[in-house]
Amino acid sequence: MKFAIIVFPGSNCDHDCYHVVKHVMGQEAEYVWHKDCSLEGFDCVILPGGFSYGDYLRTGSIARFSPIMAEVGRFAAAGGLVLGICNGFQILCEAGLLPGVLMRNRALKFICKNVDVRVESSQSAFTSAYKDNEVLSIPVAHADGNYFASPETIKELEDNGCVLFRYSTAKGDLSPEANPNGSLGNIAGITNATGNVLGLMPHPERASELALGNTDGKGMFESIITSFA
Amino acid sequence: MKANVYVTLKNGVLDIQGRAVMDALGSLDFKELKDLRIGRFMELEVDAATPEEAKARVTEMCKSLLANPVIEDYRVEVAE
Repeated sequence: MKFAIIVFPGSNCDHDCYHVVKHVMGQEAEYVWHKDCSLEGFDCVILPGGFSYGDYLRTGSIARFSPIMAEVGRFAAAGGLVLGICNGFQILCEAGLLPGVLMRNRALKFICKNVDVRVESSQSAFTSAYKDNEVLSIPVAHADGNYFASPETIKELEDNGCVLFRYSTAKGDLSPEANPNGSLGNIAGITNATGNVLGLMPHPERASELALGNTDGKGMFESIITSFA
Repeated sequence: MKANVYVTLKNGVLDIQGRAVMDALGSLDFKELKDLRIGRFMELEVDAATPEEAKARVTEMCKSLLANPVIEDYRVEVAE
């Protein structure tokens, strides 16, 4: 399976994603510069974390106009798997490939720590390696992860099973205390209606190797590879 | 031609920065303060034949990039 890792000016998790895909998962991986216009031959696209365009104006707002994004839109419309992590999630929202927006964290602080995240469904190309309601410990590192959308959009996401990850306690309870950033519904990650585009704030690529003390995120890459096989 | 753009959070969207600043002013004894919301102000210089044309173009800029319609409203003023 061949992964494209999009590199925007200011991406800083691109190398982590490349390393996990290539060296941990043993798949093909290539960097794709944001000014490129083709995703020919790729099976999955990753929009990595970072601070594209310095987060100027709003996070992801300028990156969405990079030439590659039109192609990412076509790739997604054709059913291709797209994974947006952190800043990648913010870009997907600004690009309209996912609904809603990531606002400034409730406490107005940058948060960098492991958080507990509940897998809402294993019936997804991104979560088949997990069990329903399994709780993962995965790092977040963001200042703008406070998910917001209109009540109608939230209802649509909930009704269609598009909420794939929620911040929870280690036991899987959705308490307000377990919500690090104020996201509506403790939302940590959502898919589009067709389920082939996922955006999430936690960083699975930082939790995919025993050497880093945490492999809870590896299942996401395993799921993607399984869905392709 | 000069254009001013004001981008503000929609009513109903919690303005956490505004809340923090309001609390700070409250602690400085400005007890009369009832509400405070933070937005963004942008000054643009555009080439246009008429103020109407300038306003239409800047409105397009707001729609495509300067404001996010999910959470923000915008207002455009063109200096005559």
